[in-house]
Amino acid sequence: MLDSARGRSPVPDESDEPRVHLAIGSRFENIELVQVVLEDALEGMGVDGDTRHWVGLAVREAVANAIKHGNRQDPGKQVEVDWGVEGHELVVHVRDEGEGFDPDHLGSPLAPENLLRPNGRGIFYMKSFMDTIDYAPGPTGGTEVTLRKRVAGRPAEALGIPQEGQ
Amino acid sequence: MKINTKQVGNVTVLEVEGKITIGAGDLALRQAVQQALDGGGQNLVIDLGRVTTIDSSGVGELVSSYTSATNRGAKLKLARIPPKVNDVLTITQLITVFDVYDTVDEAVRSFA
Repeated sequence: MLDSARGRSPVPDESDEPRVHLAIGSRFENIELVQVVLEDALEGMGVDGDTRHWVGLAVREAVANAIKHGNRQDPGKQVEVDWGVEGHELVVHVRDEGEGFDPDHLGSPLAPENLLRPNGRGIFYMKSFMDTIDYAPGPTGGTEVTLRKRVAGRPAEALGIPQEGQ
Repeated sequence: MKINTKQVGNVTVLEVEGKITIGAGDLALRQAVQQALDGGGQNLVIDLGRVTTIDSSGVGELVSSYTSATNRGAKLKLARIPPKVNDVLTITQLITVFDVYDTVDEAVRSFA
């Protein structure tokens, strides 16, 4: 699993806040790596277990979509995942190298005609588990999904971000 | 993810342990259900009591298993759904589709 992951390194984003960055080959088994590293990081931030579970599940869905629909399981194409804290929000980006994606054409999984379909629930779950989900073209092509969730605990402090009053 | 299949009278019980997620657990579940149906099983219970995580692919596989069973004239019921799995099924209103029991014994007895 680890051999196709390029590793984990805190890299500064444009605002120079510390972020964690992962790049994985497009294999489903690598989703486990992302979830383990993400939930471990969230635990270190003091984020509660339930929130870790739901954020982890949402990011799993985003990475699975990037591997399956974005990169079409081409192991030569990578999925990049990074996350950090902006204020009191956890912000996760997932990028693929696919041909783009229009989320507006998805049917509701709650519609009677879709209720028993075997697929089409991933984005609905992501929206349910996070506060916001946004899709946009990636900076170098492909698709970038941004997942945001307000988290309790001490996320900014854990990432070394100065707090108000300090 | 592990699946242990056992027979209780005329009911096939599939005990699932671990993650029902894309690329591994979902396929294992599909194969186990297919095997039970191919073996002539008419009454199936999936025991989810030891499932830690289910994603949209796992949910899709539960739905496919349900429709496969129904199309063959068999019945598939769920037992011991953990709270977080229950939440996932509730959000997409699937909890209303499945026949759900608190215990495996209750699920097995329901076929009598």
